[in-house]
Amino acid sequence: MIETVVLIAIFAISVAILALLYRVIKGPSIPDRVVALDAIGINLIAIVALTSILLKTDAFLVIILLLGILSFIGTVAFSKYLEKGVIFDHDRDN
Amino acid sequence: MKTNDIILQTTTKVVVFIIILFSIFIFFKGHYTPGGGFVGGLLTSGAIVLLLLAFDMKTVAEILPINYIYMTATGLLFAVGTAAGALFFNVPFLTHAFGDVYLPILGKTSLHTATIFDLGVFLVVVGVTMTIIQTIGGDE
Repeated sequence: MIETVVLIAIFAISVAILALLYRVIKGPSIPDRVVALDAIGINLIAIVALTSILLKTDAFLVIILLLGILSFIGTVAFSKYLEKGVIFDHDRDN
Repeated sequence: MKTNDIILQTTTKVVVFIIILFSIFIFFKGHYTPGGGFVGGLLTSGAIVLLLLAFDMKTVAEILPINYIYMTATGLLFAVGTAAGALFFNVPFLTHAFGDVYLPILGKTSLHTATIFDLGVFLVVVGVTMTIIQTIGGDE
């Protein structure tokens, strides 16, 4: 019973990732692609959680927090590059 | 143009501590569950990268006055020292020792010298990653 529900949820999230992948490939501007990649990261977290339910293990729970942190840092780095042109500035202006 | 990063900086001040605590947790759970020195070191350098993103390289060098090349050397010294310490007890190179120790607060704790080797791996990973990022990431 629970396995069927989890499989349906994994299928739905896979369809969502495919739709986001369309936005990554087709997206007119770079920020569209960045936001789509961030949302793909969040959906990957959901898939990892559902897979760990399916496999009846808690060994993947660390990966969830890890993916959240990496997705956040990556999106922040990308948006800072888009805004300023540099990722690490040597000395702040103010 | 003067940019205003107050939301990013305030978020960073909260999130960096969570990331560093999580990396220490991953480092210490590596013996029995997934994790260990490598992932913990990468997460710690991720926290420092987040600090570099929200602030600038001068401020981060002020709040963390670490020479990362010396950090790499210290990690290698820990690894080699743990491996070579076995030679003093007439056992082969890289033989580790373990035992149960009664600590005052923690009670019966099983300690293993592989943790010190893992600490060496941790320091080497943080040192090498931050050396690479600081070398190629600067804008001058």
